[in-house]
Amino acid sequence: MMIENVVCPFCGCLCDDIAVEVEDNRITAVKKACASGRSLFVNVHTQAAKPTVDGEEVEWPQAIDAAVRILNDAANPLIYGLSSTASEAQRKAIALADLLGATIDSTSSVCHGPTTIGIQSQGEPTCTLGEVKHRADLLIFWGCNPAESHQRHFARYSALTRGKLTPGGRKDRTVVMVDVRPTLSSKRADVFLQVRPGYDFELLNALRALLKGQNLDVDQVGGVEVARLQDLVERMKSCRFGVIFFGMGVTQTGGKHLNVAELVALVAELNAYTRFTAMPMRGHGNVAGADCTLTWQTGYPFAVSFARGYPQYNPGEFTAVDVLARGEADAALIIASDPMAHFPRRAAQRLAQIPTIVLDPEMSLTAQAARVVLPTAIYGVSAAGTAYRMDNVPLPLKKIVESPRPTDEQVLDWMIERVKTCSA
Amino acid sequence: MATMAEFILITGRTAKQGAALHKGKDSSEYRQATGFVQMSREDRERLGVEEGRRVRLRTAFGEAELELREGDVPPGMLFVPLGPGANALIGADTEGTGMPDSKGLPVEVELR
Repeated sequence: MMIENVVCPFCGCLCDDIAVEVEDNRITAVKKACASGRSLFVNVHTQAAKPTVDGEEVEWPQAIDAAVRILNDAANPLIYGLSSTASEAQRKAIALADLLGATIDSTSSVCHGPTTIGIQSQGEPTCTLGEVKHRADLLIFWGCNPAESHQRHFARYSALTRGKLTPGGRKDRTVVMVDVRPTLSSKRADVFLQVRPGYDFELLNALRALLKGQNLDVDQVGGVEVARLQDLVERMKSCRFGVIFFGMGVTQTGGKHLNVAELVALVAELNAYTRFTAMPMRGHGNVAGADCTLTWQTGYPFAVSFARGYPQYNPGEFTAVDVLARGEADAALIIASDPMAHFPRRAAQRLAQIPTIVLDPEMSLTAQAARVVLPTAIYGVSAAGTAYRMDNVPLPLKKIVESPRPTDEQVLDWMIERVKTCSA
Repeated sequence: MATMAEFILITGRTAKQGAALHKGKDSSEYRQATGFVQMSREDRERLGVEEGRRVRLRTAFGEAELELREGDVPPGMLFVPLGPGANALIGADTEGTGMPDSKGLPVEVELR
């Protein structure tokens, strides 16, 4: 049976035109997906898997008991991950953090956390990907490489797609890339500005100065000739609808949130001339949903502590890398994320030292080091749910194969009920 | 006697790393997709090091041994895909943001 219009949950593009063929509860073909999305669908586990405690298989009630005992015994438990699970499960994770007085953080803190900090100071001139498709004639990709990390972005939403006001597709759009190195994406651009590493802020600041009509008494900024920056400013001012998509080349380099604030300030100022927007290239399938769900539940998008009985927000204090590297977290619940594979070594070493519980469809590196492993279904493949696209548009994820495994939402519900029973 | 050369390190996602994630972090596909460092041809020839050779990278925060591959990076820069090698090289200080410095780090390459 061919199932049409499946949403791929892999990255923030959430492509909703995937076709998946299912025979006898097995995925036999995947059409239209990129290599990463296809790999997600074809490698999905549909077989039953028992939870484990200290490496021994147990029944679910015993596993939930063990997990809740670890969390109840901890003075400063950390709940982390959330970006590859559905918003229904994110909501339960926040409720559990509230009950426990825990710190809760998502993978946002190590991708676009600085973006949130930057837009909290400047505002967010944004739009939907539909507006980009139909209207944008100037696309600037800054510090990102969609050809490798968001492989269908060009075809679905930006450079290559044909919209109502951009019927010529690629011919109707100018594509600019700003990056520290040539990439597969920059090779497809009309204009490539190669900035020296660490000079994004200076380049953005120079563009703002040129937009204000100021003269720069230098020939180049961050390795880019001022004449080329002036050319970019003219393109920005004269386009009908411009957008800057930006990635971790902006957020993970020196300056971090200050780079984003400068980028957003430039975009806001461009709106004196034309319609201009900015959008972070969100990585994981529902990382934008983690920000949205945490915000509507607590008022804050990431780095939230319930230790005082009410939500407090402070990046650098309540972000996962910091609470681990400082040795503050004494137990962790990791949901749909693999920090052992992606955190700096010092933070990962702390995670290996403390009792950890993992909810994940995969036997990740974090799961391999965990005390309690709770194997769950995968949203968008063997469980239905909601995920938010990189433009914060929520989309329904389908269940396309049956799985005997519970969902993250179900398991978190069991944990919440057990915590309530323990404290009653 | 080891030869040291100084570079700027950039870490980041690649298409192969993204696809290999779902094969499992213990899979050979994942190890191959993450266990290398890219260097420009100019730097590789200047240092007289062959592609495929294992080199040791060292930052103020840690070290990793990776396979050297020639890549389209500017001279003076090294690129390492996200993964265990990159994690060993980046620090845990987030300067109050939650975000480690994952790009633009000074790094030394040791050639034995």
